[in-house]
Amino acid sequence: MALTDVTHDAQDFAPPAEVEEAEVYHPKTWLGKYVFSQDAKIIALQYSITAMAVGLLALVLSVLMRVQLAWPGAVSFITPDAYIQFVTMHGMIMVVYLLTALFLGGFGNYLIPLMLGARDMVFPYVNMISYWIYLVAVLILLASFFVPGGPTGSGWTLYPPQAILPGTPGSDWGITLMCISLGFFVIGFTMGGLNYVVTVLQARTRGMTLMRMPLTIWAIFTATVLALLAFPALLVSAIMMSLDNLLGTSYFMPAIISLGQQLDHSGGSPILFQHLFWFFGHPEVYIVALPAFGVISELISVHARKNIFGYRLMVWAIVVIGGLSFIVWAHHMYVSGMNPYFGFFFATTTLIIAVPTAIKVYNWVLTLWQGNIRLNVPMLFAIGFVFTFINGGLTGIFLGNVIIDVPLSDTYFVVAHFHMVMAVSPILAVFGAVYHWYPKITGRMLNEGMGKFHFWMTFVGLYCIYYPMHYLGILGVPRRYFANAGANGLPDWFPESAQMVNVGITIAAIIVASVQLVFLYNLYYSATRGKPAGGNPWGATTLEWQTADTPPTHGNFGKELPSVYRWAYDYSVPGAEEDFIPQNVPAGKGTGHAS
Amino acid sequence: MVLVIVLILLVIGSVLFHFMSPWYLTPIASNWGMIDDTLTITFIVCGFVFVVVNLFMAYSIYKYRYRKDRRADYEPENQKLEWWLTAFTTVGVIAMLAPGLIVWGKYVDVPEDAMLVEAIGQQWRWTYRYPGADGVFGTVDTRNVSASNPFGLNPDDTNGQDDLLAGGAEVHLPIGGPVKVTLRSKDVLHDFYVPQIRSKMDLVPGMITYFWFTPTKIGEYDVLCAELCGSGHYNMRSRMVIEEEADFQAWLQTQPTFAQLLAGVGGTSGGTPIEQGEQLAKDQGCLACHSLDGGAGVGPTWKGLVGKNETLIDGSSVLVDEAYLRESIVNPNAKVVKGYAPIMPPAQLTDDQLDALMAYLKSASG
Repeated sequence: MALTDVTHDAQDFAPPAEVEEAEVYHPKTWLGKYVFSQDAKIIALQYSITAMAVGLLALVLSVLMRVQLAWPGAVSFITPDAYIQFVTMHGMIMVVYLLTALFLGGFGNYLIPLMLGARDMVFPYVNMISYWIYLVAVLILLASFFVPGGPTGSGWTLYPPQAILPGTPGSDWGITLMCISLGFFVIGFTMGGLNYVVTVLQARTRGMTLMRMPLTIWAIFTATVLALLAFPALLVSAIMMSLDNLLGTSYFMPAIISLGQQLDHSGGSPILFQHLFWFFGHPEVYIVALPAFGVISELISVHARKNIFGYRLMVWAIVVIGGLSFIVWAHHMYVSGMNPYFGFFFATTTLIIAVPTAIKVYNWVLTLWQGNIRLNVPMLFAIGFVFTFINGGLTGIFLGNVIIDVPLSDTYFVVAHFHMVMAVSPILAVFGAVYHWYPKITGRMLNEGMGKFHFWMTFVGLYCIYYPMHYLGILGVPRRYFANAGANGLPDWFPESAQMVNVGITIAAIIVASVQLVFLYNLYYSATRGKPAGGNPWGATTLEWQTADTPPTHGNFGKELPSVYRWAYDYSVPGAEEDFIPQNVPAGKGTGHAS
Repeated sequence: MVLVIVLILLVIGSVLFHFMSPWYLTPIASNWGMIDDTLTITFIVCGFVFVVVNLFMAYSIYKYRYRKDRRADYEPENQKLEWWLTAFTTVGVIAMLAPGLIVWGKYVDVPEDAMLVEAIGQQWRWTYRYPGADGVFGTVDTRNVSASNPFGLNPDDTNGQDDLLAGGAEVHLPIGGPVKVTLRSKDVLHDFYVPQIRSKMDLVPGMITYFWFTPTKIGEYDVLCAELCGSGHYNMRSRMVIEEEADFQAWLQTQPTFAQLLAGVGGTSGGTPIEQGEQLAKDQGCLACHSLDGGAGVGPTWKGLVGKNETLIDGSSVLVDEAYLRESIVNPNAKVVKGYAPIMPPAQLTDDQLDALMAYLKSASG
């Protein structure tokens, strides 16, 4: 077959070790093992639990917003100020403190060393510090709920001038704490991120060439590189805005009369901030999306019992999407007042991204084709991801095409689009990944009944929330509105029936949010009472399933590190005894056919 | 199998929802029908892909469901197929991008004969300016803004003397000719948004932005703010009136020029004090924060306000009488009611205007 060069390059060869195996340092105390741990697996759990805890808060905030939208004024403490504070904190927590931390700090830490056959991250101590700085960032963020004026209500985009002027809630303390918290987050992330990159480049086991890496690792690796390049733009914009706010500089502040008072600022450019923010903000979308892509590739291949289709193109698509993500940022700014001629360039680059992204979707679907598909819970979530991602990806074409963005920007179409593409689909990927790797983390399976209930309610519920929301946006309903009816009533074009859509969406949102309790209970319940999983319950090929112990102990692989002889996707190889051949099985073993 | 059925139902449901949805584009009132056409093309292409890919996926899941006795196929790559799919996608993308860029080309190309109007945003109200007889706007500097010169025009600029300054409740435009809307903000970002004309643009302090359109349908349209601008964002409203040229000219005559404003004449509308006060409340943007129906707002509601006992942020209490209200309009942050932020700008009103506003406020209080 002409196709086999993907799998069979130097198949039977793993170079000898260049350095002797050395016993790693094992912590002796409980504190050293579980709190100030330098074990990437423990750090991964610390990241994940913290991220999920703060994510729960953001989930509650979103329910409160939905209640206000469905039944305006029904809950007295949701004032106009509180509403936009909820909007802001919900967005920032979900994007940065939940998804980024969970995918890179959580899944990155757990999977990179294990899937690459490494004993740990290359800088375990720095890795530990990374988590603790992240925790400090989260605590500072939460503290802003308790300061005078409350958290900032400037939207997760934190646009100046409003972010630091008194007409916006949280302009006294909230915005300052937000900038400090983001600063800590970026510092903490940089420590972790450098670790992931160096580990991927330097600590792969013998035989694990780059083109044999599982796509999960390719995706997390690329996302980490993007984050390392993008987060500095956020850091500097937070610093510059804080200088404007606290020291009276004018980076982003022109001459302004704020609520009747002349300010001392002059000459600054609000649009400069937007460029800096979105230079971070757009790659951020892919920092969240790429790890989801990787995880889904893994899940679909394992549970369809079939190799991922077009592995090399999948790798290149990840790298190309990552690269292009740095030259599309101004598609968030088509109506910002920047030079309108930029629209031609950014619309073109944005729509070019549709090509590698579409290739990924095709290849997931073609992996299912002629597979032997097991519809267990991780696979259900994976397919749910593909479905919602197709939807969210396609609406991205609407908004990327500059002229269509003009009527739709700042409406609920945008809200629906970005939730579908970077909230719904990534969170479905997170759930799929948790159901998939939980047996490795705990040694027990998650309860399947609860898992299926969780999937159906979440998948169908989320789609019912966000699909109709697009049409509110097409109608023209603006986002970030406390209420659609102002002092003069509803806009003429806003029919009563549109308010029914809001009510329906809110009811679905309350149901979906409640169902997450079942998921949390399942995590708790199955940790001690779940079915014992064994080392490799799914029959998967990658190295994390080949560890001597489950859950893996400190050092991951027991006495000897595995050597890798094949790519990560040898499923249903013709002539082989089993329908999978682990990466550490040499050629000729476990397979009936020699090649 | 449940999954296959649900996927098919979701696809069918989505398509049906699209065609049956009563919530779709508002009836267009401008020349930008081309934007709607581009949107339609994109719906067709994307809808096709959505249906085909998802149904193919559902079919694959059905056809290749797990069976103990069979093995999946082993096919790492199929370069020919991958190239075909890439080419097919590229064609689809071009089919959507090309018309989009052509329309964008028209969008950024403002007709030279376009009439000028300027929309000025501030938290949380709109005001408007017309260039007057000379067709040229006078220069503006934020530093010039004061009680007697709310638009901040340069008093020495002769081009500005005949500029017409519209209070804010309404912007009028004649039907049929292209209009270039220039946009300025005094404080933070805003966005001039009328769904029926499709085009919109941010207002950015420190710079002048613009967009253009041709009004094609007589009527009144709500102007909204589409860029988060703080507490009163959701309530930053105004009305756009599209009318025949003659009606437009008649309305324009009633607007004061900058020269008149400097001289202190013109600009007062007729009617009873209560009617004048109502007009002022709209023009000054009072109603962006203060509701008339008792609903929650950025500031206290006016319903039942007079005679109420309110607790202030320093813990003391105050009887809301005429003296307190007058003080709070002119010097709003002196005695702020508990639960509200001290963010109300001092109103810049003449004594007559203040009387009129008080008359309206008392009648609205009920």
